[in-house]
Amino acid sequence: MLRTTRLTLVFVILGIVALVFAACAPAGQAPAQEAGAPAPEEAAPAEEAPAEQVAQTGLVFGLAVHDNPAESLFWGVVEKGARDAAETYGIELKSGGSLDPAEQAQLVETYIADGVDGLIVSLANPDALQDSVTKAVDAGIPVVTINSGVNVYKELGAITHVGQTEFVAGQGAGERFNAAGASKVMCVIHEEGNIGLEERCAGLEDTFQGEVVRFNVATTGTRDVAGTSASIQDKLIADSGIDGVLSLNPVIAMAALDAVQAAGGNQMLATFDLSPDVLDAIEAGDILFAIDQQQYLQGYLPVVFLYLYNTNLNTVGGGQPVLTGPGFVDASNAAQVKELAARGTR
Amino acid sequence: MTVTATSPPKTDERLANVGLVQILLRRPEIGALLGASVVWIFFAFIAPTNWLSINGVARILDPSSTLGIMAVAVALLMIGGEFDLSAGVMTGTTGLITGLLAVKLGMNIWPAMFISLLFALLVGYLNGLMVIKTGLPSFIVTLATFFILRGANVGVTRLVTNQVRVAGIDEAPGFYTARMIFNTEFTFLGAEFRTTILWWIAITVLATWVLQRTPWGSWIFAAGGDPNAARNVGVPANRVKIALFMTTASAAWLVGMMNDLRLRSAVASQGIGQEFVYIIAAVIGGCLLTGGYGSAIGASIGALIFGMARVGIVFAGWDTDWFFSFLGIMLLAAVLVNDYTRKQAEALAVARAKARTESEEAEP
Repeated sequence: MLRTTRLTLVFVILGIVALVFAACAPAGQAPAQEAGAPAPEEAAPAEEAPAEQVAQTGLVFGLAVHDNPAESLFWGVVEKGARDAAETYGIELKSGGSLDPAEQAQLVETYIADGVDGLIVSLANPDALQDSVTKAVDAGIPVVTINSGVNVYKELGAITHVGQTEFVAGQGAGERFNAAGASKVMCVIHEEGNIGLEERCAGLEDTFQGEVVRFNVATTGTRDVAGTSASIQDKLIADSGIDGVLSLNPVIAMAALDAVQAAGGNQMLATFDLSPDVLDAIEAGDILFAIDQQQYLQGYLPVVFLYLYNTNLNTVGGGQPVLTGPGFVDASNAAQVKELAARGTR
Repeated sequence: MTVTATSPPKTDERLANVGLVQILLRRPEIGALLGASVVWIFFAFIAPTNWLSINGVARILDPSSTLGIMAVAVALLMIGGEFDLSAGVMTGTTGLITGLLAVKLGMNIWPAMFISLLFALLVGYLNGLMVIKTGLPSFIVTLATFFILRGANVGVTRLVTNQVRVAGIDEAPGFYTARMIFNTEFTFLGAEFRTTILWWIAITVLATWVLQRTPWGSWIFAAGGDPNAARNVGVPANRVKIALFMTTASAAWLVGMMNDLRLRSAVASQGIGQEFVYIIAAVIGGCLLTGGYGSAIGASIGALIFGMARVGIVFAGWDTDWFFSFLGIMLLAAVLVNDYTRKQAEALAVARAKARTESEEAEP
């Protein structure tokens, strides 16, 4: 008796696996995936169509970024932008990502095998994705690169790049720190292997008139925010000459804010990218400014561009990248941006 | 035993006549095999067009292959009763060493690869030696190695390149020859497969042969089951364990090279966190955390489940948000099936042996 019960238990668990994942599949997507490639006659049944009755194009786009969008504040907004555009235009969007370049490359190749009609790829590590992106281009799949990769997207055959020029954004930060009268700024690097972050610090070094020190917190990064905060605090205590801190991520900005306040609060703090917390801190005067690359656009625009390419063979940008930043958010406009950030679009 | 000695025609109870089902149930990889079938059938229903295509198979095998190579090596080590938490980061370390030698010193890729292999073997040897000499759990010793390597990966790379990655490895002489051997694509049945898959299959076969057909295999099981008893009967348990640590380190080297050759670059964070994935694949494949039990084929099937989950979720069009939950449920299900089938097989064997001895005792 006991044995049969346990066997039943095992099968019940396996059954739950099936049910959970059947339930996770968003309604209305299943028929299109089974078709693999766009097939009008297999369009989603009427009762599963979105409430707004958007005409489904049958197009499928794949988004592959260099972090898991589900676990990242920044990439969550990019993904939301892409999803909103996909919904508006009646496109099926597949999205995912990984900090491991090999996994990101594999994801791109899985999308190719899946027969997507367009690819959106962030190129934080261009060498690693070179082969996969070339493969997509050779297979006739239009590629839009986003975020990092502005220097290489043309070579790889992407139709355009949507992002912010990191170096230029870093230069902008340097000028703002000059205006604020800082003399020694610490540039906090929180990810291993992302050249975009290094370029931001290089841009800062380029325009900032004082001294710039780079500080690596990648061992804790955004995974262990408390640890990152503690490291920054230790650094501020150890080097009392630092009077400005530039973080390169909103989560790190809040960690840096805690550290600055714990260390006495004498340092000016600025950050790349927004979050509701960062906006509150700007309103409260704790953070001087934030450089906004408006990443919602980095999800939204590529979907639109790929839609236009698929339906009308349009390319955007005239051979130049489409810049989404840098925009600056400071005490003057924080309140308005805050309302939008609460919706997850800034 | 005296009974069998006095009645030669009677079968030895230690060589019980077991049915096919029981033989299957006794195999450590049965849970993984069931799990893999369930996952495969599941996705075959959800996304049949891509899943059942030869292209789909190629996609599944791509992520499975490098993971499988590591899972097999880690399974051998776990059967031998030890863990290697430095196995993941070692893929990054060897990749960085080769990359730095090739890019910064302009070395040919082959000697650069050879030097990083020597380094891997040395670290594997030291891991083994420390575990043997100190008697500390390998979990702790290799955790220390993991941190040392992780720090050195970032520190050395930044010192040399002023960045956290090494790019442009493809400019090294010999790169494309090495790539052709270790990690290139070949067309088979109209789909593009990676050579890593062939390495994976070869390594699984080799490991299975060693485990099942060579004295080393018996030594590995013995060293993991009860090292003292093993030493008392003359098994060189220390040598076996050191060799196993060197095996995981060389497997990590192989995967590190495969990454370098595929990605043309190496990142300082490569492989961090993967050590647990290897262990999970081995456990899904039927390895016991306590050692002395497990299989190389099982570990490979465990890796295959990972590959299927990764690709299946994309083909099905779900949020990859759910990937880790899926893995957790798979792990739980596989471990429960493993546990159930093992106990079932043991109970059956015990019952049969009992019945036999009772009937034999009754005869004279």
